[in-house]
Amino acid sequence: MPYVKKLKIKGKEYWYMFHTVRDGSKFRKISKYLGKILPENIEQIKENFLKEIKKPKIEDKIDNTTKLIESLTPLERKVLPVLKENKELNEIIEKTGLQEVEVMRALQWLENKNIINVKKDLQEVISLDNNGKKYLKEGLPERKFLQSLTSELSLGEIKNKANLNDDELTISLGQLKKKAAITFVDKKVKITEQGKKLLKKESLEEQFLKKLPLDVSKLEPEEKFAYESLKKRKRIIKTNLIKIRTVKLEKLGEELSSKNLKTELVESLTPEIISKNNWDKKTFRRYDIKINVPKIYGGKRHFVNQALDYARNIWLEMGFKEMTGSIVQTSFWNFDALYTPQDHSVREMQDTFFIENPEKGQLPKKELMDRIKRMHENGGSIGSTGWRYPWNSEEARKNVIRTHTTVLSAQTLAEIKKTELPVKFFGIGKCFRNETVDWSHLFEFNQTEGIVVDEDANLRHLIGYLKQFFKKMGFPEARFRPAYFPYTEPSLEIDVYHPVHKKWIELGGAGIFRPEVVIPLLGKDIPVLAWGPGIDRIVMDYYKIKDLRMLYKNDIKQLREIKTWWK
Amino acid sequence: MPTVNLNKKEFEKLVGKKLPLDKLKDRISMLGTDLEDIKGNEIIVEVFPDRPDMISEQGFARALSSFIDAKTGLREYKVKKSNEKVIIESSVKDVRPYTACAIVKGIKFDNEKIIQVIQMQEKLHVGYGRNRKKVAIGIYPFEKIKTPIYYKALDPEKIKFRPLEFPREINGRQILSQHPAGREYAHLLEGKKKFPVFIDSDNKVLSVPPIINSHETGKITEQTTDVFIECSGFDFEVLNKALNILVTALADMNGEIFSMELNYGNKKITTPDLRSSMINLDLKYTNKILGLNLKENEIKKLLEKMGYDYKNKKVLVPAYRADIMHQIDIIEDIAIAYGYENFQEEIPNISTIGQEDEFEIFKRRIAYLLTGLDLLEASNYHLTGEEFLNKKMNFNSDFIKVKKAVNNDFNILRTWIIPSLMKTLSENKHYDYPQNIFEIGEVFTKGKTETGIKEYCRLGVTLCDKEANFTKIKQILDYLFRMLNLEYTIEDTEHSSFIPGRVGRVIVKNQKVAYIGEVSPKVITNWDLTMPIVALELNLSDLFDTI
Repeated sequence: MPYVKKLKIKGKEYWYMFHTVRDGSKFRKISKYLGKILPENIEQIKENFLKEIKKPKIEDKIDNTTKLIESLTPLERKVLPVLKENKELNEIIEKTGLQEVEVMRALQWLENKNIINVKKDLQEVISLDNNGKKYLKEGLPERKFLQSLTSELSLGEIKNKANLNDDELTISLGQLKKKAAITFVDKKVKITEQGKKLLKKESLEEQFLKKLPLDVSKLEPEEKFAYESLKKRKRIIKTNLIKIRTVKLEKLGEELSSKNLKTELVESLTPEIISKNNWDKKTFRRYDIKINVPKIYGGKRHFVNQALDYARNIWLEMGFKEMTGSIVQTSFWNFDALYTPQDHSVREMQDTFFIENPEKGQLPKKELMDRIKRMHENGGSIGSTGWRYPWNSEEARKNVIRTHTTVLSAQTLAEIKKTELPVKFFGIGKCFRNETVDWSHLFEFNQTEGIVVDEDANLRHLIGYLKQFFKKMGFPEARFRPAYFPYTEPSLEIDVYHPVHKKWIELGGAGIFRPEVVIPLLGKDIPVLAWGPGIDRIVMDYYKIKDLRMLYKNDIKQLREIKTWWK
Repeated sequence: MPTVNLNKKEFEKLVGKKLPLDKLKDRISMLGTDLEDIKGNEIIVEVFPDRPDMISEQGFARALSSFIDAKTGLREYKVKKSNEKVIIESSVKDVRPYTACAIVKGIKFDNEKIIQVIQMQEKLHVGYGRNRKKVAIGIYPFEKIKTPIYYKALDPEKIKFRPLEFPREINGRQILSQHPAGREYAHLLEGKKKFPVFIDSDNKVLSVPPIINSHETGKITEQTTDVFIECSGFDFEVLNKALNILVTALADMNGEIFSMELNYGNKKITTPDLRSSMINLDLKYTNKILGLNLKENEIKKLLEKMGYDYKNKKVLVPAYRADIMHQIDIIEDIAIAYGYENFQEEIPNISTIGQEDEFEIFKRRIAYLLTGLDLLEASNYHLTGEEFLNKKMNFNSDFIKVKKAVNNDFNILRTWIIPSLMKTLSENKHYDYPQNIFEIGEVFTKGKTETGIKEYCRLGVTLCDKEANFTKIKQILDYLFRMLNLEYTIEDTEHSSFIPGRVGRVIVKNQKVAYIGEVSPKVITNWDLTMPIVALELNLSDLFDTI
């Protein structure tokens, strides 16, 4: 930092400012005279002083023109010097010896840098059509007609001799009659004096064909006459609209085209350049680093799986253990163990996928089965009435594709040792419902399941766990409404608030397992908090997918472009 | 879920208190039902299937008026004695053994009320009555009936009457084939030699439950004031509940309830029985489950908000409640009365260790190795169709079919993953190649398990590009196994989906774990593709078990 010092010179006091700078390996002191009295705005002066002595940056040293020259590609370097003399595309192509695409590309780049301006005009250009090409070689049919008339001939003879087709014969006849080049003598054709004269010189049409291609707007009067006449005839000439590019050098371009562009610039850095150890003597062409690059796509996990992994991680953070299990289950586990009566509508075929073959599976050990049977029939002896119907073990054997991940909770409850309590489990997995597919219905969907088995668990804990989970999922607000499920009591419906759409999203159910579920599986009435909300709605919302089917459409473009899950 | 249409004006009168619309919406949803729609003067609500007592305008209003403190506590319904009898003959024992009956008098039936009663009957049939199997309900104009009424089972050919809205008289057997209701519910009388009937003392048939009423004696009109109601089925308690739900709703239409004497042989029972039942409530248990600290008088108040009474540690449950099996059902009602929105969330201070399933970790490792090779992960359905699984693959695998799938393209469980990936490729022909994709998912085969179905988790990889070849797919396999530090060998095999001589089985520790090869041009063409495809299918479950 600069400092201020008072110096006494010949008895008088002077104020100076000093600053030490490094100059290579040496240090140098720079000073500034401030006056006989110390100025008040000393901080401002310090700042300015620093600015003055600061070494100019490398960028500042090189002026913009040099930078620009160093950024020109080899193609631009070839094209730019010829632009002063040549303004049109074909001239530039000819002069540079480059391909048309190369020139076009160079012009585009130069234009992007404001070095040139390319004016694009539409031009109507006349060129030879198929017959035109032929006649240019062989001569027009009327000339061949006249040439054949070394004597008086019938039309048929002329046709053969001059090798004309019917069309050509007719049109020649018309043309020559109009120009009084022939007369008819006893149905034979004879050349007139006028005709002989015509034979000796090129007609306007013939001259015109030789000059093609021509711009319609720039025709001379005689050319115009020939153009009108030939236009009416079959496929001799054609007109096309062509984009004409005219190059104009901008001010910057004028300046650059007078500079020497021939400096050797390094394009790609190659192993040779590096190993020859002479790269420091070379200049690297400056790249336009702002330019758009072609897109690339990496390998990526499916976006639904990314979301499921994220949810999985939240449960892990919250101290939950993962439970997994089969997709195909017996009705016993999917329904009966969860106290869903056998005549419940969910157990009908229009809701649930039943397996045709093998239609039935095995029941668990008799002791457990009997406990479940008693719960359904009369509530065992736990102070419940049960569902009051004869429970049928054959119905329980029916295989189904699981309708909810709650089946995993039932199986886990049956396995837990009471000495391990409290325990917390989660599961994430596919569930199935026999449903017609449309934008809001799918026969496969994902649920996230959870249970907390804790002697002291209560409804407020249930709300606590769920709110925490959804907060981490990106929904700070959740609300709970009464709901009904055969296996929970109290039961709740979970809604989360969508902060952008300002509406509640219904996600599914939760509750505390009924004693009729817990006691036969666990052997004791311990509160079991349980939930199984759907997760697809959240995934859809995050990826702004409106149609549920798009989750598993596997559209490669969608998979390539879709952003990564980042809540 | 069943819905109930409420006439706003009538409903407000029944509730006894007018609420602003948003407040009404909120209260309805916090009572445990769902407001579906409001159309002018009509409010449509959804009712959960455990509350059949709420599927009438009257029943719904009754519950809401307690909940919003307009009229709390247990409702008293008077039952007068009628001296009318229903004689149940033992012949019904094997067909449809029980009935519970009542008479309700003095209702001014207009068109709207008739519709309401019919709808209530229908909704009870569908839900609580399990499509008439458990409960079938008949409602008859009482003035057309001569008592006592008989409930018996007769030879169907001998039951002759004109069914409701039918042009002529037919017999019991013909009803099942000719009458629309007969056809719909025929299965409920399938195999029965005799059909149940209600018949009056003039020998007029009132109905054949659970199928159809008589046109003459079983149709309510605007002239009707008194009705005879019967519920028939297999469980007397269930029938009582259904009857109670009906008569209390009719009483709320200003009807007077009269009991009937049911003669089951020598046993005489009087229905309806509208006395409340009593359930012990454990206050400590209640507070423990809810995480609250409610005092007895607070609990009493909350119970009254849900239509109960509370006396001497006992809850008096209204006779129309069909959902109370255990005190936990009452505890839920206490929670609803307390208001779900009023529960303060809490995360308990208990320590548990989180743990991910090891196989899930393994699967994720594999997925990340593959994405590192620039492969895209696909995710397809587990259900597929035979066309995709076998025909297009030029393959023949034994698969597992589901019953009556709504979508015929998705009626079998997939047995391998590659067909799913082939389907994906065939649907993405318009995008740039290479298309290199993989999927990790479940496949299903028959096996020795609880269900008889074994599930495996498999990895499928397909490379689809003009330069795809065996080397490239083997490089992927080789990379995976090197990263997993596993030795493998490949032996020649034949597989009709692949080119002969370019397909192999991969073996790890003597276990066949994978197929690898170049997909046969026949299969590629079957899928309407023109690009070479190489594929790999690796059994991750087996692989995981070996390591």
